[in-house]
Amino acid sequence: MILIVAEHANGKLAKSAYEMTQAARDCGREGPITLLVLGSGVAPVAAQAALLGDQVLVADLPALAEYDPEVWAAAVAQIAGEGEAHTVLIGGSRSGREYSPRVAVKLDAPLLEDAISLTDVGGDLQAEHYTFLARVTERVEALGPVVVVSIKPGALSPAKANAAAAEQFDVELTLPERRVAVTARMTEKSERVALADADIVVSGGRGVGSAEGFVELVEGLADQLGAAVGATRAVVDAGWRPYAEQVGQTGKTVQPKVYVAVGISGAVQHLSGMGKSKVIVAINKDGDAPIFKEADYGIVGDVKVIVPALIEELKKS
Amino acid sequence: MKILTLVRQVLDAEESVRMKDGAVDLSASKLVVDTMDEYGVEQALRMRDADATIEVVALAVGATRCEEALRTVLAMGADRAILVECGTPLDVIATSSVVSEVAKSEQIDLIFCGGGQADWDSHALGAAVAERLQWPQATWSSALTIDGTQLTGTHDVDAGKETFTMALPAVVTTQQGLNEPRYPTLPNIMKAKRKEMRKLPVESFGVTAKLKVLSAGVQVKERRRTMIDGKDAGLAAAELINLLRNEARVIA
Ligand SMILES: Cc1cc2nc3c(=O)[nH]c(=O)nc-3n(C[C@H](O)[C@H](O)[C@H](O)COP(=O)(O)OP(=O)(O)OC[C@H]3O[C@@H](n4cnc5c(N)ncnc54)[C@H](O)[C@@H]3O)c2cc1C
Ligand SMILES: Nc1ncnc2c1ncn2[C@@H]1O[C@H](COP(=O)(O)O)[C@@H](O)[C@H]1O
Repeated sequence: MILIVAEHANGKLAKSAYEMTQAARDCGREGPITLLVLGSGVAPVAAQAALLGDQVLVADLPALAEYDPEVWAAAVAQIAGEGEAHTVLIGGSRSGREYSPRVAVKLDAPLLEDAISLTDVGGDLQAEHYTFLARVTERVEALGPVVVVSIKPGALSPAKANAAAAEQFDVELTLPERRVAVTARMTEKSERVALADADIVVSGGRGVGSAEGFVELVEGLADQLGAAVGATRAVVDAGWRPYAEQVGQTGKTVQPKVYVAVGISGAVQHLSGMGKSKVIVAINKDGDAPIFKEADYGIVGDVKVIVPALIEELKKS
Repeated sequence: MKILTLVRQVLDAEESVRMKDGAVDLSASKLVVDTMDEYGVEQALRMRDADATIEVVALAVGATRCEEALRTVLAMGADRAILVECGTPLDVIATSSVVSEVAKSEQIDLIFCGGGQADWDSHALGAAVAERLQWPQATWSSALTIDGTQLTGTHDVDAGKETFTMALPAVVTTQQGLNEPRYPTLPNIMKAKRKEMRKLPVESFGVTAKLKVLSAGVQVKERRRTMIDGKDAGLAAAELINLLRNEARVIA
């Protein structure tokens, strides 16, 4: 079987579960597509998963209320082993990237990381992924009958739900003790569209001048466009914005229809997180800024003058 | 106590990627220590500064050239280095068995690993090593303190941040914000030349690759590169909005 570990939050199946299902349907491997739902109080999630897979396995346990890498790895490896899964798909979220290697070691399987495509070629699973700060696309083949894959979020199109719900089965698990004690949780909540899901992203760099400038220019323009807000590491390091908004190598990867870079120089580490956007707009006072080489539309000018004019123009219509 | 810090040599971010015969060719490129790894080295050195009984061992698995990266780390202050020489790069799962074998034979208590490589954008080695050793792990750590055998820290998770505690032995993956890595000083660069650098052939570990790289290609997305004159902000704004609506058709 193809085992998909369905990610979810706040009672909703995550977009990644739909993307992984499409990868499973298209990869050309045989066997029922099986979604595994881990958590506590996850009946609503399991019901949504039932519309995607051929079957759904549910572990609804208090012990699974909060994620832990060792607990998750043990659960997934156990189910994969008992169900004789030949392919295990895990979301490329922070947690997925963290426990998937443990699953691969437990199953003595190769790990295809951050896949943007997945194809069975004569019985061997091949994936493409980006390397060298997303400048190179590499094709790799997994050597072995069982393969663990993490799927890059946002790279594949989400699957459509089936008309009829698949059967759900409860599973029993033997879980290890937690060894990392979480003493506090700080969630970064935003009223805005989530960065990873947004069609339009407006991002600000050091060129916005200050935390106040960021609010006025970047949030102001994002409000007019119904966009998500992103930031460069320079802005995050300066304490103007939370880390959750950072786009780039050490932040989030986004692939929106339009990415508007406001006062951003275009360092490779930033480009690696947004360079696959469909259309890139750059506003920068330095005509030689590297960002213009990556831009579809560029305006050379002061963001303090250009962005308010853009906001005015959008308000007109 | 012994700390193992993993060191990877990567392409300098300012360098462009050269290709040869369908593969990335680094032979003529400038390589540097992965910034991510410098955070781990710095953290280990700070712990040793506070407790002189700690030994800091740097490990690289890679080509002979990685010696340069290890020398840099020795010049930062690491006590000694181990290079597992390996001509063709190994995949993460295979590398993790080399690292865990070294950790066992060196009787390591704490391993620092970069949060994600600058060239591969992988995040797997720390977790894979932790699994092989049956140790706990904390990834993406941005703050860390040690008290006896207890680690306390802050790290990034899906929904934001968490503070945590865990007991040694453990694997910690590092990231930006953890500290400000020091620069090697000239006297320390001189001293580093005399520090121990042990070389082991990867063949002695008997690992088999789990992945095969089939091909690689540089992607260049064609951009329109339409420049709009910003002298008159109102006109520029109107033109940009018009182009986004009617040429690119990406906004309503
Ligand atoms: C290991 C590592 C990982 C990294 N990861 C990331 C990452 O994930 N994300 C990331 O973003 N960076 C990352 N960086 C940092 C990256 O190298 C750059 O330093 C950073 O992206 C620069 O941010 P910036 O464009 O805001 O600032 P700057 O480079 O300072 O650029 C500011 C720009 O604003 C323009 N400007 C100034 N004033 C105005 C004005 N009034 N009007 C118009 N334009 C103006 C300037 O011309 C300049 O081009 C990383 C670096 C390293 C070493
Ligand atoms: N061949 C290697 N030798 C030493 N350290 C490595 C090697 N490969 C990966 N690492 C370490 O693991 C980190 C992340 O790599 P990975 O988990 O493979 O993405 C790097 O920053 C290094 O700390």
